[in-house]
Amino acid sequence: MISLSSYLILGAVLFGLSIAGIVLNRRNIITLLMCVELMLLAVNTNFIAFAHYLNDIAGEVFVFFILTVAAAETAIGLAIIVLVYRNRNTIDVAALDSLKG
Amino acid sequence: MTINMILEQIVFYAAAVTIVFAGIMVIGSRNPVRGALFLVLAFVASAILWILLEAEFLALALIFVYVGAVMTLFLFVVMMLDINLEPMKTRFVRYLPLGLLVMALVLVLVIFAVAPQHFGTAKYAVPQHASASYSNVKELGSVLYTTYMYPFELASVLLLVAIIAAISLALPSSRKRRLQRPGEQVQVKREDRLRMVKMQAEKKILPSRKWLKKR
Repeated sequence: MISLSSYLILGAVLFGLSIAGIVLNRRNIITLLMCVELMLLAVNTNFIAFAHYLNDIAGEVFVFFILTVAAAETAIGLAIIVLVYRNRNTIDVAALDSLKG
Repeated sequence: MTINMILEQIVFYAAAVTIVFAGIMVIGSRNPVRGALFLVLAFVASAILWILLEAEFLALALIFVYVGAVMTLFLFVVMMLDINLEPMKTRFVRYLPLGLLVMALVLVLVIFAVAPQHFGTAKYAVPQHASASYSNVKELGSVLYTTYMYPFELASVLLLVAIIAAISLALPSSRKRRLQRPGEQVQVKREDRLRMVKMQAEKKILPSRKWLKKR
């Protein structure tokens, strides 16, 4: 029998891995975006596990909307990356310091 | 314990190990192309888990939308950009302790919260398998088009905004694209192309003496 906590622990491991990835690869925007995708995947798995074990379809509807928003986010993020690369010839996060923030 | 339960557990643990391995490879691979391919592996393994959780529609949507569209977009962008990876490699080792520390903190906190004594089978019993006539798509659609009607339409507007934003961001300006402008081409006048120059006639140039002598 697979318990709910098995799914939740898997989601936690995946979430922790993607946080570590964001900390480790903070120079490369593309890897950062991929880590965000991994994070969303962990959250979606949690949502679906709860929807299954609580017998409530609302969790799956949420995942549906999260997928929509994540697709929009990825499309715009990649467009911004292409624009940054076209203007500065690099996607190194450390090189994007012209705002002096 | 029936054979079905054992099979279910085998599938679950195989998919879970695959997801964790793919996640490690995504954050650890030097080449973003390999990272994107391992992300595809993670998505496929997650789709298996979602099917195990009887969310068939979302599992298929994950494959179609993510593996089919989003990851293809990722691969296109990664291969289009000629990225110099050399300066990024050195930082990886430097941040490794910090990354592991953050990950360990998050893991300990969350696993403490979702430990089996809180979310185990005693508290949340494993639900019965749905009958063969159960349709996940029908169930999802029946709430999506009634209870969640406005969020659904908002999501479609969001996608439209994303399309317009992505195209208008990535499209080069019309001057860079060297477009033809037929409207201006057919309206061209003679004055735009031809310049009449009035100038004084110079004095007549005689052939030089050398040339004359030769003859």
